[in-house]
Amino acid sequence: MSAAASPIANFWAEFRESPVALAALVVVLLIIVVAVLAPLIAPQDPYDLSRLQLRDARRPPGFVGSGGYVHLLGTDAQGRDLFSAILYGLRISIQMGLMAGAIALCIGATLGITAAFVGGRIEGLLMRIVDLQLCFPAILLALVLVAMLGQGKAQLIAALVAAQYAYFARTAYGAASAERRKDYIEAAMATPLSSRRIVFRHLLPNCMPPLIVVATVQVANAIALEATLSFLGLGLPVTEPSLGMLIANGFQYMMSGRYWISVYPGIALIVLIVAINLVGDQIRDQLNPRLKR
Amino acid sequence: MLGFVIQRFLQAVTVMAVMSVIVFVGVYAIGNPIDVLIPPDAPQDIRARTIARFGLDRPLWEQYFIFIRNALSGDFGRSFIYAMPVLQLILSRLPATLELALAAVLGATLIGVPLGIFAGYRPHSRAARVIMAVSILGFSMPTFWVGLVLILTFAVSLGWLPAGGRGQTVTLFGVQWSFLTINGLSHLVLPAINLALFKLAMMIRLARAGTREIMLTDTIKFARAAGLSEATILRHHVLKLISIPIVTVFGLELGSTLAFAVVTETIFSWPGLGKLIIDSITNLDRPVMVAYLILIAALFVTINFVVDITYAALDPRLRRGKVA
Repeated sequence: MSAAASPIANFWAEFRESPVALAALVVVLLIIVVAVLAPLIAPQDPYDLSRLQLRDARRPPGFVGSGGYVHLLGTDAQGRDLFSAILYGLRISIQMGLMAGAIALCIGATLGITAAFVGGRIEGLLMRIVDLQLCFPAILLALVLVAMLGQGKAQLIAALVAAQYAYFARTAYGAASAERRKDYIEAAMATPLSSRRIVFRHLLPNCMPPLIVVATVQVANAIALEATLSFLGLGLPVTEPSLGMLIANGFQYMMSGRYWISVYPGIALIVLIVAINLVGDQIRDQLNPRLKR
Repeated sequence: MLGFVIQRFLQAVTVMAVMSVIVFVGVYAIGNPIDVLIPPDAPQDIRARTIARFGLDRPLWEQYFIFIRNALSGDFGRSFIYAMPVLQLILSRLPATLELALAAVLGATLIGVPLGIFAGYRPHSRAARVIMAVSILGFSMPTFWVGLVLILTFAVSLGWLPAGGRGQTVTLFGVQWSFLTINGLSHLVLPAINLALFKLAMMIRLARAGTREIMLTDTIKFARAAGLSEATILRHHVLKLISIPIVTVFGLELGSTLAFAVVTETIFSWPGLGKLIIDSITNLDRPVMVAYLILIAALFVTINFVVDITYAALDPRLRRGKVA
């Protein structure tokens, strides 16, 4: 057995032992595939306003609309096919979550590892800023930022990143400053290797496990945060409803018993978030050395 | 110790000063309040007079210093929309939010900690798995979605509880409270559960993680060897050892609950601070936004300061060693 492959193989073998985590992983992958293929699967393009018929509006699941096909999950107040709208909504949610998560990871890891590696005043200053930001709940930060920056995809991602990078920075800093004191880094520092090489080849790979755990959780959080902002009417433009906005639009009809407009997008959102969190949970438990006897 | 306290105090003051500049400048970037205040067809002299009355014609730094001078004496200006002093407006909304937040955090702690200890004590039992599943759900479900489900279930389908508002209130110490009347209490239940669910999940996790780690230590082995009953071990050793992080989180959460209440209050039309800030963001009510954010910042800075000092009092290493 090759020494390089064995940790990952071991990790996977342990992961497979948990049926819940395995099922969650399958669900996440399935949702991603469905979301990517949404234009092929969905019977309707929910963003094409010219195709929406008002007489199809607010119909219950199973209704056969003017398009000639069955609205599996009913239609919303504009006559959108909810099944299609949910598929496209998932696409937006995943896109937002992954982009915000990836950018926040890069910024946060850079800040955290720089602080730990450079030390001194820069360390103190950077980590003070991060700690300060961590005292504020992400939702409040994102809310204020969206209000300041205005609406749109780029603005929303900026708000999500600003609300989340601090978690990555804290984690990266914690991991990197622990690794920094270990002998192998000290030994590498004594050789003529460039600091760049030490950081990228030695320090960074050893800081990855905790960062991966935070990344899974934060992608799920970003998706939830985006949905919350959209629900409050501060997210994406109305013409391209994300899951949060679909739910918000259906809220007013809920009281009169037209539950499906809010409930189905909500279920899609929950399944996605719960599945990601379950996967993240398993990874964290596996990487926590204190739970191993 | 005194040096540490002074150092942390100066730090807190610096943070507040920086925050006030960021918030003031940041909020200044949002829209133009003149468009909200004055109808576009208003004559030029009324326009100029209104602008001068709110001090909007002066340079930004001057507006900032006037704001700070007034804020330090408790005057945060007047709301553009409600036409009343902002501080008075915020204070009038505070009890509703405080009541909701306290109910939520207390409920979450009293239910979550025992469940978490059990889940950590018997991690492989069926009940523990159910508890952890609940906690993952509590973590994963966005607050607004839980709120909708609660309304759909208990207000629309079953008709047991009201879907929104604060209900009948009783005046005590000059403040209106909902929890003192049956009607008010029935209005409080759903939003409190909504707000509590996330905290409940967190309390369960904290208590479980702490219990699991402590159960593996020698302390517990020795306590068992000494013949102590399991109930005594849980009460005297486990609960005591996990209580420090739990108390910390309780304090921090009480603060963040005030912010999380934004979503819950919007869904349940609960007339608290959260609803006020959402309304003022949509209405560009600048004085309210600035005052709210600065007061929240002050609240968090104070909580952190108290936590730091408490920790230092408990752990001598922190106050002697270099402060990170």
